[in-house]
Parts: sequence; C-alpha cells; structure tokens
Amino acid sequence: MNTVDLAATGVRELNRRLQLASDDPSEQSWLVINPKGAHAVAAGLTRPVRIQIDGHVGYYCAGMNQAAAVTIDGHCGTGIAENIMSGLVRVRGNASQSAGASGHGGLLVIEGNAGPRCGISMKGVDIVVGGKTGHMSGFMAQSGNLVVCGDAGHDLGDSIYEAAIYVGGSPASLGTDCVEKDMTPKHRSLLRDLLSRAGIEIDPDRFRRFGSARKLYHFRVDHADAY
Amino acid sequence: MCGIVGLFLKNPALRGSLGGYFAPMLASMGERGPDSAGIAVYEAEPQGRASRVTAFHPDAGFSWESVAAELSRRLAAEVRVVVKADHAVLEADHDVSGVTRGLTDLDPDVRVVGYGKSVAVFKDKGSVAEIVARYGVADMAGSHAIGHTRMATESDVTTGHSHPFIADDDVCLVHNGSLSNHNRLRGWLIRQGMQFETDNDTEVAARYVAHRLQQGSGLKEALEAGLRDLDGFFTFAIGTRTGFAVLRDGFACKPAVLAETGDWVAMASEFRSLAELPGVEQADIWEPEPEVVYDWTLGPGA
Repeated sequence: MNTVDLAATGVRELNRRLQLASDDPSEQSWLVINPKGAHAVAAGLTRPVRIQIDGHVGYYCAGMNQAAAVTIDGHCGTGIAENIMSGLVRVRGNASQSAGASGHGGLLVIEGNAGPRCGISMKGVDIVVGGKTGHMSGFMAQSGNLVVCGDAGHDLGDSIYEAAIYVGGSPASLGTDCVEKDMTPKHRSLLRDLLSRAGIEIDPDRFRRFGSARKLYHFRVDHADAY
Repeated sequence: MCGIVGLFLKNPALRGSLGGYFAPMLASMGERGPDSAGIAVYEAEPQGRASRVTAFHPDAGFSWESVAAELSRRLAAEVRVVVKADHAVLEADHDVSGVTRGLTDLDPDVRVVGYGKSVAVFKDKGSVAEIVARYGVADMAGSHAIGHTRMATESDVTTGHSHPFIADDDVCLVHNGSLSNHNRLRGWLIRQGMQFETDNDTEVAARYVAHRLQQGSGLKEALEAGLRDLDGFFTFAIGTRTGFAVLRDGFACKPAVLAETGDWVAMASEFRSLAELPGVEQADIWEPEPEVVYDWTLGPGA
C-alpha cells in the first residue's frame, strides 16, 4: 500500500502518480490521506489500481474513471464519478449533487444519501444509492440503472430515455414522461445482482421500477404541454 | 460563482478565537471569488453602547480621528474610533442614524458599510488573502461572522457592490447566486419605504429580509416569506445581532455545506473551507436541503 499525503503533494502530483501507475504489484494499491475537500482527486484514471481516500473530497472526485476502484471514506462534493467509463467508485458517506453525471459504464455506489440530480444524463453507468436521492435524479437518463434504496426526491426521472430506475422507498413525484413499470423476474434478478455487487443488503422485493413512457422521443403537438 | 462562509459560536469561551477560526475559512474561498471580499463580524456583547458604525473612505490618508472628534462635538456624545486600513469602526453613545448622518455630513465621500449595535463590516476589492491580512480578520473577536468572496456577474465591481450587504441595524446578508426578479422587487420595497444604495440583486435580498423583520417577522419567518417572493438562484448566509441563518432556493444548484459541533456551527460553499476548523473531525456534516431555513440564536444573556 502506497500512502500519499495530499496536503503535502497537491492534487496534480497525486493524480500524475495514480495515472502513471505501472503494472508492478507495488503500484496497485494506494491510500490518500488529508484530502480536506480538494477537487478532482483521483480524476482521469485509466488503470485497474485500487485507491482508498481517507476523508471528505470536493468536486469531481474520480471523474472520468476507467478501470480503477476508488473508495472514499467520507463525503464528496459535486459530480462524484462524473463521466465514469468503467471500474468502481464507492462513497461511504453522502454525495452532493450530480453524482455519476453522464457516466457511460462502471458502478458508482453511494452508501449514504445522494443530493439533487443524481445520475443526470447517465449513459450506461450503474448507480446504487444506499439512502435517499435529491430532486430530479435520473434527469434525461439515457442508459444504465439507478437504484435508490430509500426515498427519491421530486421529479424523479424527468425526461428519461432508456435508463431504468429502481426505488426501495417512494419517490416524492415523477418527472415528465417517467412512469412506473412492472417488476418482472428479469428485473428482480438484475436488481439482486446490482445490490450484491454494491454490497448493500436489502430485499429486492421492496423495490418498484420506473422508466420512460417514451412520449417525448419525437415532438407531437398532442404532447406540447409536456415539453 | 461566489464563495460564502458563516461561523456561529455556540460556546462563548471561543469568542476570542472567532477571527482565528474564520479567516482561513474565508481565505480558502478565494478561487470562487477573485473580485472582492467582505465580512460582517458580530460582537456578542455591545456593552450598553448605543451604536456601532463601520465606514469606508477612498482616501488612504483620511483622518478618522479628527472626524470622530468633530462628530463627538456635534453629537455631544462620546465617539470612539478604531481604524483598520481604509475602514473605521466608530462606537458612539448616540443613535445609529445620528452617527451615520453626521459622518456623511462631515465628508460626502464617507460610505457607511455597517451599522447597528454589534456588527462591524469590512469589504473591499481585490484578493481575499490581501483583504484578510489588511483588516486583521484573524485577530477579530465575536460571537458570529459571515463572509463572501465575489465573482461579479450582474453589477459593477466596487466596494459598494461587494458583500456583505447591510439592510438594517445588524442585519447582513451574503449571497451566492443571482436573482431574476430583483428589479420588480426593488420597486416594491421602495414603495414600502426602503432605500437602496446600489443596483445589485443581493442588496434587494438583504432589504427584503430587513423589511420582513421590520414588519415583525422572526428571522425564520422572514426567510420563509423570501422563498415565495425571491425568484432566482441563491444560497444565503444571514447574520443578525443574535441570529445566524442559511437558506437555499428550491433548485439548489448553488452549493452549501453545514457542519455543527457542540461548540460551533459553520457554513461554507465547499467543505474545503471547513476542513481546518478545530473539531471538524467530530462534526455533523450535511448539505442543507433546498427551501429549508436553518437558523441558530445566541442564548440569553449574549
């Protein structure tokens, strides 16, 4: 395990070392201490390294992640795992707004609560939130799965495309063109697998599924009021 | 983008350390607001004095001592003055309006930036690090403080357009965001008898809160009314003589973090501003919910 004191190295030096980590076994595991809310910690990683961050981070932590497994032992600011491509990002505390924004792949686990607009414009990432999410989560979500074990804030899934949203509690309200859909055995199986990968123990039978009514795909004057 | 911070000391024993806690909080928000910075610092115990007025003069060599002496003679009241760079804090055994009117009568270039019984306000153009050093923020004592680093988006970069805005005795507000209905609301407030000094949107929010307080609302009720009447993006931190409050609009795109221990409550745009506070490791840390008023009041005797 390599330990990096962020207060001493600064974010650029830390990220450079993480981005350039070789295949050598000595460079596969990293502990970052004293993050103190710094932005862009462990952003732009492309190799399957394991990183643990001991404390709270600022904006865009683990942004654009590919292959790496990043765990934050604390809370995180705006845009955790923004545009994640692959790999695993785990937040042990709470996440601020726009968690997993526009993510293409991989898994983002937020063990606590997520703020507004969680999974905004997600394009294939899977997001599992152990607690609740703020308003307008899943806004314009295009692909992937957003799992909310607690309650979801108002206007869930507004203008959603083909992503799936699973809610264990209840949504305050659904956004435009977001509707409840049947939970089939196929969906329950997918959800069980996601919860298992996220390491969150909760009965999949509690969940309801939401997705697109597909009425906003093409402009129809009959739906003008919904735009 | 702007940076806002607030610190409210629940433990009176820490009042000597207010500035020491607060200065690094404000300084760390410099990247969010390079244009200007400002603070409102509240002394917990006004000790019976009638008024405390902070004023600014653009002339660095301005003789505040002679102005204070002349003001004392005209008001027939004791006036004590403490000068910090181009600002001066005047404490007088006379009411606020007499002191502020007396100051601007003596020199029309004097600009009053803070008034009431307990608040002192310092605000200036330039980098927050320079401003924190220039006014000796780290050495200031008090019960609570709010501060701001400004990235101007909708009105001029001047000392007058800098935050905090004061709108009534000891009522100060800092703002991250922009209001879209400030012109209409300014007109309405003018018709209610409020006077304005700038065309700035945040001044409208400050005057609005002051107006509601003057109408008899408590701070919480005034801000709840603001949720109905203010349109736009905002995270506010508000100080009164005995109170401190935080409010975000429903969209909640302007960031805020709150942290609380048994000793203090701290608010900032970003966690990094709170990272060096003594005891933060044990603090409850959370993001304030949209459209929820968070407020704290000093205990009796403060």
